[in-house]
Amino acid sequence: MTENVTGAGLATQAPHRGPGGAPGRGREPEKARRTVRDDRPVTLTGLAVKVVLLGLVAGIALWAAFPLVEAEAWLGLGILVATTAGLFYLYLSRRHIPAKYLVPGTLFLIVFQVFPVLYTASTAFTNFGDGHRGSKDDAIVAIQSSSVVQVPGSIEYALSIATTGDAATGPLVFLVTDPATGTVSAGDADGLEPLDAGSVTVNSAGKVTAADGYTVLNAGQASARSQEITEFAVPTEGGAIRSAGLSRAYEGKATRAYDAGCDCVRDAESGKVWTADPERGAFVAADGERLLQGWRVNVGLSNFTRVLTEPSISGPFLETLIWNFGFAIGSVFVTFALGLLCALALHSPRVRGRTLYRVLLILPYAMPSFAMLLVWRDMFNTDFGLVNNLFGLNVDWMGETWSARAAVVLVQLWLGYPYMFLVATGALQAIPRELTEATSVDGASPWQSFRQITLPLLLVALTPLLISSFAYNFNNFNAIHLTTGGGPFPADNPSVGATDLLITYTYRLAFGAAGAEYGFAAAISIFIFTLVAVISAISFRRSRQQEEVYA
Amino acid sequence: MVLLVSLAFALFPIVFVVSAAINPLGTLSSTDLLPTGASFSNFGNLFRNTAFEWWFLNSVLIASVSAAVSVFLSALAAYAFSRMRFKGRRVGLLSLLLIQMFPQFLAIVAIFLIFTTVTDLWPAIGFNTPWGLLLLYLGGALGVNTWLMKGFYDTLPRELDESATMDGASHTQVFFRIMLPLVAPILAVTGLLAFIGTINEFLIANVFLTSAESKTLSVGMWGLVAGERNNNFGIFCAGTLLTAVPTVLVFQFLQRYIVSGLTAGAVKG
Repeated sequence: MTENVTGAGLATQAPHRGPGGAPGRGREPEKARRTVRDDRPVTLTGLAVKVVLLGLVAGIALWAAFPLVEAEAWLGLGILVATTAGLFYLYLSRRHIPAKYLVPGTLFLIVFQVFPVLYTASTAFTNFGDGHRGSKDDAIVAIQSSSVVQVPGSIEYALSIATTGDAATGPLVFLVTDPATGTVSAGDADGLEPLDAGSVTVNSAGKVTAADGYTVLNAGQASARSQEITEFAVPTEGGAIRSAGLSRAYEGKATRAYDAGCDCVRDAESGKVWTADPERGAFVAADGERLLQGWRVNVGLSNFTRVLTEPSISGPFLETLIWNFGFAIGSVFVTFALGLLCALALHSPRVRGRTLYRVLLILPYAMPSFAMLLVWRDMFNTDFGLVNNLFGLNVDWMGETWSARAAVVLVQLWLGYPYMFLVATGALQAIPRELTEATSVDGASPWQSFRQITLPLLLVALTPLLISSFAYNFNNFNAIHLTTGGGPFPADNPSVGATDLLITYTYRLAFGAAGAEYGFAAAISIFIFTLVAVISAISFRRSRQQEEVYA
Repeated sequence: MVLLVSLAFALFPIVFVVSAAINPLGTLSSTDLLPTGASFSNFGNLFRNTAFEWWFLNSVLIASVSAAVSVFLSALAAYAFSRMRFKGRRVGLLSLLLIQMFPQFLAIVAIFLIFTTVTDLWPAIGFNTPWGLLLLYLGGALGVNTWLMKGFYDTLPRELDESATMDGASHTQVFFRIMLPLVAPILAVTGLLAFIGTINEFLIANVFLTSAESKTLSVGMWGLVAGERNNNFGIFCAGTLLTAVPTVLVFQFLQRYIVSGLTAGAVKG
């Protein structure tokens, strides 16, 4: 029976398929075939295509190599050369045929998927985040230069603000002109470096107006980034250069200095001492006060245990987890139900205008979902939203926990059922009509025959899809972020809202206004991943068994 | 009847969008289900006041290229998984499934850091370029698609390619001349899914594209209503309708394959 259901969509193409099924067929013909292939002469077109493609690979590798050489990134260059050599070997030799088909996609997979995932996983064991970005040395430099104050006699420079990248987002560079000598230097977070006098244009006031390799920001661009500029400091010996407004800079003395002897930071004015705490990656004073700038350290499993033990996190986390399941299961269930209902209705031979119905029912699927999510958000608006107006309601949809939850599921229903409708239509067509006809001859009601025959067969066919739909909805970031934004939020905890999924919660942790906590967010990512993987693995196993029952 | 209710449910948001798009006032509060006036001023404003044409071109470019390339890459891989037996085949299939379950954008921090370096070294594929984003999307080319396709390949009788091999066809000839034409339905479906998915992708694109002319539709249009919701609503809906155009076209183009492809491939997963 399964044979029929699963194969029928293709019945015309696979008429001779034997009961044994294709996969797992014996090894002997495989071997025979391989020898046949190995003896085959090389065709001209094949050779030409090979030459062109490998030439392309070589060209790209060459293009990619120059910047690596320039940056003296020898490890990167080594990987590049090895990869290219590997590709050449693979496609010029006549062996490793499966690899020839697998390698192109796998390369992308490794570079853009596996590598970031591993990177994320390693981040989960660190305290990476705001205030813990760089190494300890970076932190010391940052502490010293941020404690800089202007003291009598410090040098005042004419300042131009420039960048090496995009005017709005590129890294800042201070172009400063020494009033005494007239030399121009470029300062970034690594320190000050004198520029060649020939490569810069200086106006009468001593300000740099143009410099080779830098984009000088105009007043508007600079004031748009004024906060960044105020915080920016160019470390110098014993102090740092900081800006005073947008056109002057001064070199000040650091009031806080690092002392390697005691591995601590000492404030010259108050005499207060912050000792380095290698466990937490921060300088901590005796009274428990810690300096804002810390460094990145390995914190072991503490990010993971935090999820489970810290009450302010574990409580909301559990609630979010339960709602997350509710949302994913609910979305799959309602979309499947409505999609199936429509498919059944259209399946009945009495319906006229089937094509038109189908086109109209699928329309939501063709609309851009990100935009429609935003439209739905506005349709649920309390004051002038369409839903309230149309039905004469006065519900604060997004303001109450359960109405907001109902709203997001309803939106998911609208977005998701056309897909289920398509899928169910196809699966229905694959079920032979004789089956249901036979039951009706035997005296079963349509409902009985649906329950006993059609639905189980459909479920066998569609379970893998339902599972992947579940996995997708479990992490459906857009559905929440673009509609409710996770809200409504309880008054006492602005970090977890009633409709938040784990994924939106994670996003807020990593990029939210409260300060980035990449390490912690990564730990939750791993947690989500494990959950979804385990659930899917279990349900796939169960669906396999189910399939055997009906076979 | 069920159909009429579902039809009403399916259509009323769309009618609302159309009505908002042609409503000359163009604000959310003045929009009703049925249009109160008709003009194309919102469409005009959309092109005049935003870089919509750029967003549109970027989106269509990225979505169609990434859909085409990713379908091709996974078709290659699925061929190997379906027709060849080699060491690590099972492990490969399973790890594909597993890796896919890690949503790519959970790794967004890592991706951001990686591409900061890439932008320094190779600005041509760095931030604010469609090519970098394209490469990133291709990272997910293998995966669910490969599984769908492998299932579909498995249903094709092996006698077909075996006899071709006996007749002296090489494995590439079998793949391009025999397999690919036969699996057209599943290619169409995975292509469509990839296209829709890329058009709608928001988060990664949002981190990746910041300059006005490099944005995709989702990022650009989000910017339209993120701050000022009420006033730009008409323009936004006009943009929504235009955004639907490429998807509908692709849909129409692939339609005859879709139903058979979706189910036949899916059930083999």
